Amino acid sequence: MAEPLLEIKNVTKIFGGGLLSTSKPVVALDGYSLDVYDQPARITTIAGESGSGKTTLVNLILGYLPPSEGEIRYKGINLHEMDRNQRLMYRREVQAVFQDPYEVYNPFYRVQHIFDMVVRNFKLGTNKKESRERIEEALNVVGLRGEEILEKYPHQLSGGQRQRVMVARAYMLKPRLIVADEPVSAVDASLRAMILDIMMKLRDEHHISFLYITHDLSTAYQIGDEMYVLFQGVTAEKGDTAQIIENPKHPYVQELVNSIPAPDPEIKWETDIHLPSEEEMRMKYARGCRFFPRCPYGMDICKQKQPGMFTVGPQHEAACYLYQKQQEEQPK
Amino acid sequence: MSTINTENLILDAPTDAKKVLEVENLRVQYDTPRGAVRAADDVSFYLKEKEILGLVGESGCGKTTTAMAILQMVQSPGRIVGGQIRINGRNIVGIPESELRKYRWTELSLIPQGAMNSLNPVIKIKEQMADAIRAHENIKKKDLKPRILKLFNDVGLPERVYNMYPHELSGGMKQRVCIAMSIVLNPSVIIADEPTSALDVVVQRVVAQTILEVKERLGVSMIMIGHDMGLQAQMVDRVAVMYAGRLVEIGPVMKMFKNPTHPYTQLLIEAIPSIKEKKPLKVTEGLTHDLRNTPEGCIYQFRCEHVEDSCCNEPPRMYQVGIDHFVSCRHAAERARSMELLGGYHG
Repeated sequence: MAEPLLEIKNVTKIFGGGLLSTSKPVVALDGYSLDVYDQPARITTIAGESGSGKTTLVNLILGYLPPSEGEIRYKGINLHEMDRNQRLMYRREVQAVFQDPYEVYNPFYRVQHIFDMVVRNFKLGTNKKESRERIEEALNVVGLRGEEILEKYPHQLSGGQRQRVMVARAYMLKPRLIVADEPVSAVDASLRAMILDIMMKLRDEHHISFLYITHDLSTAYQIGDEMYVLFQGVTAEKGDTAQIIENPKHPYVQELVNSIPAPDPEIKWETDIHLPSEEEMRMKYARGCRFFPRCPYGMDICKQKQPGMFTVGPQHEAACYLYQKQQEEQPK
Repeated sequence: MSTINTENLILDAPTDAKKVLEVENLRVQYDTPRGAVRAADDVSFYLKEKEILGLVGESGCGKTTTAMAILQMVQSPGRIVGGQIRINGRNIVGIPESELRKYRWTELSLIPQGAMNSLNPVIKIKEQMADAIRAHENIKKKDLKPRILKLFNDVGLPERVYNMYPHELSGGMKQRVCIAMSIVLNPSVIIADEPTSALDVVVQRVVAQTILEVKERLGVSMIMIGHDMGLQAQMVDRVAVMYAGRLVEIGPVMKMFKNPTHPYTQLLIEAIPSIKEKKPLKVTEGLTHDLRNTPEGCIYQFRCEHVEDSCCNEPPRMYQVGIDHFVSCRHAAERARSMELLGGYHG
């Protein structure tokens, strides 16, 4: 297989627990690894609930935070050892779209300003006409027209327009990877489809890969290629998105998939769900599997050591001892 | 085609279940320097006993405004400019504040949006619960604790929450505290404003089941505001769909999902992402007109695929197309009616 575009190698991120800190350190990511491939461009999903480490991961990838251990490599270069030119290249090729399209705008500037900043900082276009054309082109890709919105202030745009402007801004730089942190969780159902559609179009027609970070498995199922399910800072399951959702292996992922409310009044939730009592949750198995307190299949070995990734199918791995045997029995 | 007399589109006799809440021609507007925003315009529906009614629509369509109007809690510059809200037959629009206190919390209660932010962070849970009880009842101090613990038990909270502060609780537990508070005085109607929107799917499921259990045990009626159609399918008995301040369709959940009649409801149902099959996503525009400047005629005319000249002249009224099923579109009502004649419509 080709070299990954972005490679996260055994990254651990610990917050707090410093010399003067009174609280216990929080391990947000624990020996986390992730490979994002492109060629062909694809959408890699990171799915996880709140507190699973999704946002920490985004901050690490965008270089806002340094990892405590491990390294992040883009095209083989460590993010924190890049020289000036490499960093500029990284800034240009890896773009971000954030969750809340209301918060990323400066309310005092017109929409035009957002694009002007990009043009100026990355010297796109040598004259006004050329840069104007590039802005127009980017807006067309997301289905907007310049005269409609460039002269407006952010509060005059609808939620869907705001998020699309952000995608257009990212697109202008012709990035190879867009890190999309919950891009659709703050927009309405009817607009969600539009944003997802634009993401697929950028992937298929413009060869831009996405790292799609979300808590919503159903949208990931609709657009994603590969998926990593994150649980408390470690990968619980990874593989092809459709495979994971249609046939989840890790008990946590099974619970997650079963809890998605089916949009069909005839298919009701099965009533019983195993949520641990408070006492069970408090049990600390410092080295054991993080899902153990909630797991219906808990075994002795689960208390002792966090499981590694075991193969459960073609390109499909789960971090659960249930599949240890299965893998050993398979001929190498 | 349009020869069917839609004025008499009553397919079934109305049900005789008791209506605990009736909203009639409710109009709420927000006065702004550039004209009034009609956030709820001529909204009429009823809520039957022991029923959960879902209220859905995109943001800004007037769901929360309608709910706040029912609670008489519309914030300035908003005001109720017309209509009636009847609880057990008695109109509460325009009655004095002192009278309203008899209704709030005892007849009507609220599970607010984002429970995380609706608890006071510096006051212990027990004090906040006690406040709600003491404000409405003369209760002896020694009876207070057992009462609160019983409420905790009802919503599945451990007893130690009694002595805790909100920040010590998880999101799901805080939401359960809010549910416990809403049932303190045995109301007949609970309005839940997106009660699970900030929670993870697993916790969301547990909280949703808690709500259903509580509703079942107390026999209350509920209005569930939300935009997650999946959750609506799981929880509610009937769904009301709002668009741009108007109620466009209201009907039993089965029919709304299997056989939506209004073009906007059809769109909403089609736009639900599925985990069963990959399908091309239905791409739509959001609100297409300014609420200050509503068009003549049907509110949905700019987005409707079936728009005709007559839609742009006169606003549609509500047509009944089944038991407890009404739609605010003449053409949709006719289509539903002709399907019924062909035997394709299961009443």
